[in-house]
Amino acid sequence: VSGDPLTPPGETASPASVAEAAALLTERSASEIATRLRGAATKLDWGTFPDAGSEIAMAELDTRRLDSLIEHNAGDLTAVVGAGRSLATLQQSLAGAGQRLALDPPLGRSAAATIGGVCASGDSGPLRHRYGAPRDLVLGVRIVLTDGTVARAGSKVIKNVAGYDLAKLFCGSLGTLGLIAELSLRLHPLPSQTATALVDATDPAALARASTIFSKAPLEAEALDVAWRHGQGGLLARFAGEAAPTRAAAALELLAGEAALQGEVRDNDEPLWETQRNLQRAHEDGLSVRISGRPSRLLDALRVADALGATLVGRVALGLWWLTFDPGADHAASLEHLRVTLAPLKCVVQDAPPALRARLSPWGERDPGLVELERRLRVRFDPSSLCNPAVALGRALAAA
Amino acid sequence: VPQRGYIVAVVGTAPDGLLGELAAIVGRERLVAHADALRAYESDGLTRHRATPLAAVLPDDTAEVQAILRVLHRRRVPWVARGAGSGLSGGALPVADGVLIALTRLRRVLEIDLQDARVTVEPGVTNAEVCAAVTPSHYYPPDPSSQVVCSIGGNVAENAGGAHCFKYGFTTNYVCGLELVLADGERVELGGSELDRPGYDLVGAVVGSEGTLGVVTKVVLRVIPAPEAVRTLVAFFETPSSAGEVVSEVVAGGMVPAAIEMMDALALQAAEQAVGTGFPAAGAALLVELDGPDAECDSQLARVQALCSAHGAFEVRVAADAGERDLLWRARKSAFAAMGRISKSYYVQDGVVPRTRLPDILRQIDSLSAAHGLRVANVFHAGDGNLHPLVLYDSDAPGEAERAEALAALILSACVEAGGSITGEHGVGVDKKHQLGSMFSEPDLATFQRLRCAFDPAGLANPGKVMPTPRLCGEVPGPYRRHPLEQAGVAERL
Repeated sequence: VSGDPLTPPGETASPASVAEAAALLTERSASEIATRLRGAATKLDWGTFPDAGSEIAMAELDTRRLDSLIEHNAGDLTAVVGAGRSLATLQQSLAGAGQRLALDPPLGRSAAATIGGVCASGDSGPLRHRYGAPRDLVLGVRIVLTDGTVARAGSKVIKNVAGYDLAKLFCGSLGTLGLIAELSLRLHPLPSQTATALVDATDPAALARASTIFSKAPLEAEALDVAWRHGQGGLLARFAGEAAPTRAAAALELLAGEAALQGEVRDNDEPLWETQRNLQRAHEDGLSVRISGRPSRLLDALRVADALGATLVGRVALGLWWLTFDPGADHAASLEHLRVTLAPLKCVVQDAPPALRARLSPWGERDPGLVELERRLRVRFDPSSLCNPAVALGRALAAA
Repeated sequence: VPQRGYIVAVVGTAPDGLLGELAAIVGRERLVAHADALRAYESDGLTRHRATPLAAVLPDDTAEVQAILRVLHRRRVPWVARGAGSGLSGGALPVADGVLIALTRLRRVLEIDLQDARVTVEPGVTNAEVCAAVTPSHYYPPDPSSQVVCSIGGNVAENAGGAHCFKYGFTTNYVCGLELVLADGERVELGGSELDRPGYDLVGAVVGSEGTLGVVTKVVLRVIPAPEAVRTLVAFFETPSSAGEVVSEVVAGGMVPAAIEMMDALALQAAEQAVGTGFPAAGAALLVELDGPDAECDSQLARVQALCSAHGAFEVRVAADAGERDLLWRARKSAFAAMGRISKSYYVQDGVVPRTRLPDILRQIDSLSAAHGLRVANVFHAGDGNLHPLVLYDSDAPGEAERAEALAALILSACVEAGGSITGEHGVGVDKKHQLGSMFSEPDLATFQRLRCAFDPAGLANPGKVMPTPRLCGEVPGPYRRHPLEQAGVAERL
């Protein structure tokens, strides 16, 4: 197996039940064959580092036949679903009852991303502002470990503290602890209508001030985003419910003191948000970096984006930003510049061309004590390192 | 002499030199070893379970916590960390052969950063102090009824909820970062001020782990802008089922109230005697709080009022100002303490059912109560299906405490059968550990243990809690290697 985490592995199996998945993993463990877990393969390289696990024989487990909507308890606003169901299909099923999973990450090629993959990668979109990340919406999980253990954690009710919260641990674990086979989810009502207050800006300082005003105001917006590219951009605040257009207009009034900013209310606002979502991902051989930021450092982030010719989108009140770089530039140098400029904020590589991965740490410097704790955790769940070995989470990286 | 009705652990003896080593860290004045003084720590809010630890230590800072844990780790002495001791599941019950680490002196508010909506505190700071530190511009939603005394460290251990969870979520949705001292004395920082730092969501694993993964010595909390408006009403009904219908219609109508709380006739009677709210006698009271943008609150309040009337509310009170709102809440928040007015003792449970199953479970509680000859008062978070049945009994009457426990256990079984949980916010502790197996299979429990072993392989942190039976960890597994005999073809692995 080459160092490229996207190299097709030896064999792909698509179990149709949790029991089949468990039997498959047990059998492979006995033969010391590692398994790459995949859904729609829209984020398969996230967190990989080419030296990790490259010497191990590898096969694949495709979750996409684990795709049933097992329960939809409309009155309780909960659902239980197979991990391989596409998020788009899940949303369609829920919409029939006027409900949704309030999670809107970019869905990748052919909008194919599965709910299991979204949760395993901890991905999210603009709705995170109000509704949180996968870890905040997943009530429980059914998992399969490499030794064939099938276990549940959490529950199907929205309030539960019995047992350890392994659902949160598995969200964002990039498949390194085991397979997420089923998820139980908290749902929300679909809004009757939405409207967005859209503010245009060419002055990054004015945009940062407006972001602060919106972040601190009790707007109860559905989403509160920034977009910025090559010296211009804007602020977007989305409102839901019957009073959405009125509330969007009222939000714009908060910016009356900012003469440099132009605002308008958009009723047909979905295309704006589709663009926000898509700008979290790089295209072709580009690079995308997720930054764990702080709202008060937005101006620094806007300036460094301009300096590097990158596009920035993000959640202003949460301090989460994505920078995307077009193909062609010296990505390794850009990432280094970004990490130095924004330190101590963490800059995590998401999309990157394979050739670049060998030269980049996915997350930069980390505390060795924490990495050691993560290693102990990973080895407890997957003692023989047979689960997504190319993902570097829970491993000390060779100096990168 | 053990008192009747209490479960008292055997008193242990400190190994040679242990107390001296602890005193060298915290000084004599912050080491409690005399049996009389130790009684202050013998139980938490679940007073039926009591144990006297070998000693209690009161560290002042993280470094002292590390030093204490290093000593205990070297000597393989188990320990229990304790906050305010207001927990209701025996999670802070000491172990008789171990040390109690009281975190009451770690009570500094380290940073209030409203620019980035973060508050950093030590674990001994109370929930109410956090709320006060960020008001009036900001809001920290988790609000257990004990918020004036309960500590943030305890809230983190139990993943505390409160009345405003239905809209705002739980402690786990507000903790961004933790400083954790592991059982071997190592200090790690999990998460931080920023969201989504690289790595596993260890904050998510530690919040709600009931003190079994380490000692939390620092907590970074996220706060949110305070809502523009708040509207609170209490409606009185002849029966709980009428109130329950209103709850269903509110939720079905797409409204997300900040709180939807219910009290039954017995709970109302006790609250009236305790705090004199002037409420009418009723079969049920429903408290609904709406918050958010002004215009939305008023229209939703009108809708809720109309629903209450349509379902037979004979009186609806709307709070005119903050003072009146506090009055309406006082009855609800004092409900547990008020039980003392109508019963010598009570035993509170914390089951959860899918919200649509509330009417069924209330009927089952009624018949279980009748069958056991014990009264049950019901107070609950109706929005999220979290019940707090209070089983009333007389601790002096032989056998009644046991009957109350048996009745409460049956209520929890009914919750699990309805697709719910044995605990929504109080934790498993010692109280419900034997019922954990009704929700989780043996492989589930064994998988939980993998997490525990990654943090505390020696099993020293809060032993005897959460898991129904004691478990050992074994060595950290290395990569699978075939045994030399296997390789030689002499033996096969079965």
